[in-house]
Amino acid sequence: MPETIDVLNAITLLANFVLLPALSYGSQLALGALGVTLIFGILRFANFAHGDTMAFGTMIAILITWWFQSLGLSLGPLPTALLALPFAILATAIVVIIFDKTVFSFYRRQKSPPVMLAIASVGVMFMMNAIVRFIIGPDDQRFADGEKFIIKAREFKTMTGLNEGLAIKSTTVLTVVITLIVVTALFWFLQRSRTGKAMRAFSDNEDLALLSGINPERIVLVTWIIAAALATIAGVLYGLDKSFKPFTYFQMLLPIFAAAIVGGIGQPIGAVVGGYVIAFSELSITYAYKKFLKYLLPEGSEPEGLAQLLSTDYKFAVSFIILVVVLLVRPTGIFRGRVL
Amino acid sequence: MKKTLTGIASALLLAGMAAPAIADDVKVGILLGFTGPIESLTPDMAAAAELALKEASDSGKFMGGKTISSARGDSTCTDSAAATAAAERLISAENVVAIMGADCSGVTTAVANNVAVPNGVTMVSPSATSPALSTIEDNGFFFRTSPSDARQGQVLADILKARDISEVAVTYTNNDYGKGLADSFAAAFEAAGGKVAMTAAHEDGKADYSAEVGALSASGAPELAVFGYVDQGGRGIIQASLDSGAFERFIFADGMVGDSLIENVDGDLAGSFGTLPGSDSDGAAKFTELANAAGAKGDGPFTGEAYDAAALLVLAMQAGNSTDRKSIAENVMAVANAPGEKIYPGELAKALEILAGGGEVDYEGATNVLFSDVGEAAGSYKELEIKGGKFETMKIH
Repeated sequence: MPETIDVLNAITLLANFVLLPALSYGSQLALGALGVTLIFGILRFANFAHGDTMAFGTMIAILITWWFQSLGLSLGPLPTALLALPFAILATAIVVIIFDKTVFSFYRRQKSPPVMLAIASVGVMFMMNAIVRFIIGPDDQRFADGEKFIIKAREFKTMTGLNEGLAIKSTTVLTVVITLIVVTALFWFLQRSRTGKAMRAFSDNEDLALLSGINPERIVLVTWIIAAALATIAGVLYGLDKSFKPFTYFQMLLPIFAAAIVGGIGQPIGAVVGGYVIAFSELSITYAYKKFLKYLLPEGSEPEGLAQLLSTDYKFAVSFIILVVVLLVRPTGIFRGRVL
Repeated sequence: MKKTLTGIASALLLAGMAAPAIADDVKVGILLGFTGPIESLTPDMAAAAELALKEASDSGKFMGGKTISSARGDSTCTDSAAATAAAERLISAENVVAIMGADCSGVTTAVANNVAVPNGVTMVSPSATSPALSTIEDNGFFFRTSPSDARQGQVLADILKARDISEVAVTYTNNDYGKGLADSFAAAFEAAGGKVAMTAAHEDGKADYSAEVGALSASGAPELAVFGYVDQGGRGIIQASLDSGAFERFIFADGMVGDSLIENVDGDLAGSFGTLPGSDSDGAAKFTELANAAGAKGDGPFTGEAYDAAALLVLAMQAGNSTDRKSIAENVMAVANAPGEKIYPGELAKALEILAGGGEVDYEGATNVLFSDVGEAAGSYKELEIKGGKFETMKIH
């Protein structure tokens, strides 16, 4: 039987390298997947431009943050980027609405099949991508400020007397709290508000919704605004927590779509659950458990190797495998039934 | 009218053909990547090499008063076909007697194998560091004034041993440079009795390296060796390690040593250490002074190596008293190593005089040139440690 202290050490180790990082990464994926699922549920196409919409929103937030920083504005221990967030959401919403008016509305009027809209969104993705690179460049940008840690690994060790440290980053807590608020607000909006109900009705049966006097233009507009807000919040939180580089947002498209599909595309609750499923799988499968097992197993029986299922190089492959398995075994995703 | 034009054109053509045929001028090719990923370094490297040629030429003692000039070619650093074509042009059209170059390991290998060795032209590279170049079939025509990365791995292993570090985890950038260095380091460290707990590659350009760091720290090694790039994944690895408290002290190779590391990483790097090619010898100081006086940048990367490469070619011609391509190759080793009078930057006139009188020289130059059996610099490295927020030189290896 391992001693209590060893169990605590093992739990701390896992929390530091798997649980906490997966919690914040999962929240960021959940917010991204919510945007994808919303567009799919209401506008009925897979929006491949979502990753680069995130990059665009984050870029605007960074530029405004830099401006605020030069003016000396700050939120004290919180990152200045939170102050810039509303303006970034506004700018991103305007841009996606311009893209909707110039590109997507044409295909809607033509009553094109969803696959044509999806292909058109790939075009929009490349344009967004180019705009971001043109304005801010392809390199890393740093915009995080404020307190970086709530508890540092070394402080935790001296505080608890354990061998293992636990670093709690303020961006992790911020990500989880903001995700909680945003998700709650979105669910309330969809279930209770008049516009939310209209959106669900529109998603359920477009013709019936039109007959009952719902204005489709308004529904589309509100959907894009919400999607832009979700994308910008997800992007800024990801950038604060990790770092901003336009290309990495394009790469996030795969885990985001995997999250949306695993949860059941078109299901907001599914997107949230899917986000955490993907994040926890990616991190727990690529983590090396050697040290963890060393704490728990009796002396002498710990593994020689690293006890790592997959090399970290294959992180993206994990979401891809989950995606394929879900599509083969349960194509509806975890939550099935009516969308939205 | 048409006839007049044709006449002028043919006259120009004749004049153009006649121009290069000035009798007493010796041409040396300078093949560097003037375009491409290291285009910011090459102008200074070329200027340093031309400085050595000019010094010899102006002394009036080079082969009884001949002059030397240079012909530049663009190696592009990455495109082997373009580099090969440029080298062909230097050898056949410009009629160079030897080549100072090329720069990056890949194009250097291509030029040596496809152009220089088949044509019997001596090449001295100032900056190709791949261990693979030690074993190419060069028939004695390829030299380099830069050390092989195999040597850096050895030096790092020695430093770790001297500091009583017996177990490390290694992460390297996933390319030829990173892999070669990680392999040579692991071999040297294990031969010295150390243990490499884990070796893992990392990809550059990712936003988040916490998963990589998690795996590396699970290996149980107390220290992490990072063989990557300072403005790329290497920095990400270090940031993620400090954030999660996985590692506190790091071991760097040359790609990680730069002030931007200290500027851009949040957290305490004090006590981390690494290696960088170079020395603080008298020769290096003399070269910096000489280059700065001539308006070039004397302390830039690989400028000393470029000066030395060109100087070695000049001295090899003087030693054989011939600009014959084969004779140059045969005399490079003799002037580079002992015995003989030690020669430092700015003393080429003295060396030319000694050689003309039948004496011997041991060229030290800016980088303490000492060639191994296969004609490459044994190489000296600075051991640097971060102290008080900057890299400080601790020792020369």
